[in-house]
Amino acid sequence: MTSPSADTDLVTLRDVNFGYSRRPVLRGVDLSVPKGKVVAIMGGSGSGKTTILRLIGGQLRAQTGEVRVAGADIAQLDSNGLFRMRRRMGMLFQFGALFTDISVYDNVAFPLREHTSLPDEIINDLVIMKLEAVGLRGAARMRPAELSGGMARRVALARTIALDPMLIMYDEPFAGLDPISLAVIGDLIRRLNDALGATSIIVTHDVFESMKIVDHIYFVADGRIVAQGAPGELRGSSVPFVHQFLNGETDGPVPFHYPAASFQSELMEAAHG
Amino acid sequence: MDEVARLLRRLGAGVIDRIWRLGYASRFMAMVLRDSTMAFRRFSLTMRELYFAGVLSLVIVGVSGLFVGMVLALQGFETLQNFGAAEAVGVLVATSLVKELGPVVAGLLFASRAGSAITAEIGLMKTTEQLSAMEMMAVNPIARVVAPRFWAGVISMPLLAAIFSVMGVFGGWIVAVKLLGVDNGTFWSQMQAQIDFRLGIVNGIIKSAVFGVAITAIAVFEGYDAPPTAEGVASATTRTVVASALAVLALDFVLTVFMFRGTGL
Repeated sequence: MTSPSADTDLVTLRDVNFGYSRRPVLRGVDLSVPKGKVVAIMGGSGSGKTTILRLIGGQLRAQTGEVRVAGADIAQLDSNGLFRMRRRMGMLFQFGALFTDISVYDNVAFPLREHTSLPDEIINDLVIMKLEAVGLRGAARMRPAELSGGMARRVALARTIALDPMLIMYDEPFAGLDPISLAVIGDLIRRLNDALGATSIIVTHDVFESMKIVDHIYFVADGRIVAQGAPGELRGSSVPFVHQFLNGETDGPVPFHYPAASFQSELMEAAHG
Repeated sequence: MDEVARLLRRLGAGVIDRIWRLGYASRFMAMVLRDSTMAFRRFSLTMRELYFAGVLSLVIVGVSGLFVGMVLALQGFETLQNFGAAEAVGVLVATSLVKELGPVVAGLLFASRAGSAITAEIGLMKTTEQLSAMEMMAVNPIARVVAPRFWAGVISMPLLAAIFSVMGVFGGWIVAVKLLGVDNGTFWSQMQAQIDFRLGIVNGIIKSAVFGVAITAIAVFEGYDAPPTAEGVASATTRTVVASALAVLALDFVLTVFMFRGTGL
């Protein structure tokens, strides 16, 4: 799956550039996400991974280039069109972003109540089904503050899939989880994607867990796609960044030292006042 | 020379930054007004905020009003007695409260209790990505979160100012009639005769409504604009209280000039 074909792609980014003020974040990014697949976008912190998700969700607009979702150019959509598109998307935020003033049940019911006029009985059934899917039906009456990090992530996942989205985006879904919760979330991402017939994009730097569940990986470094391929292909990659990233080496294309003046000259300067 | 140029640049940058922020705040408030339909169509959302901003402010506003009225009566009685007009203490208390202290002190208390809470809540929702999550669920956070809080504040403030004044008059009555022996009938009849409905009460209500708009607009804007960090939310909360207090005092002066100019009251 090294070059996904255009007619089967749900999401495409073509030559996308984006930056804040004078600081470029993404430079000429080309990326395709085929329908029904789970695709990971990997890279170090600050490499522009989350920015890609925000561009796809229309929370940011590309300065140049094109972002298409289900054939629609996101930049061309007005606010109503964008909101219609977002009803078909779901996004799981890094720490869940649950509404802390309402219960787990009401969090999952939130998108259903906002976007449908279904009677309470049907909403109740749907919420119970979504919570059952993430294994937290028993936590329906709890408040978000009572949940562990892994549970909060699962509740947020139930809320994300409440409207059966065509595209599910995950922003660092594995961050800060214990090994069991991490495996549970990984397993849920894959199973829910296949069960719902959805397409998933995972932004992560967790190599081990994501390699187990994704179909395709894009590596982002310094705002550019530096490598892509199936997990099996990338394990033996000779691209220096991929090699360093997958093996967790402390030095390489991503240097250990942040750019600075020469160490010797700085010490000499200090010695001479 | 370089020093002067640097100073001018810094001054210019500061001014431009202030103007830019004012423009941004105005645009934000225009969006709040544009997206206010949900706050009225689904009034339960606004009712919930009315409870948090208004009902939960009742104790501090009521108790403060009571004490302010009691102190006014004590101080006023002493001075008026020197002129043989101790019976007018009711008029003094009611006039001070309805025209000035009611709207102003209730405004300052409202900014400290409800304004800061609104800023902190919206700021924390932003920090924990709840507002972003709402956007991604195709729910407009300005319509769903900001507008109900804004309108709840605008509705609450005149009611709280009225309650402050009523409690103040009650406090004044306790001190003047029950403690200092002013005649009960004189206390109320003089007040009734001297307080003009339009120039006193209506203008007081207008003042408190204007303060309500100013305080709540500052509170929701500071919360929505807060940098998404602990320090950012803390600074935004402080800015809400300081800016609201200054806005209330400045607006009070401007409104007083327009309302009471040439009336001799």
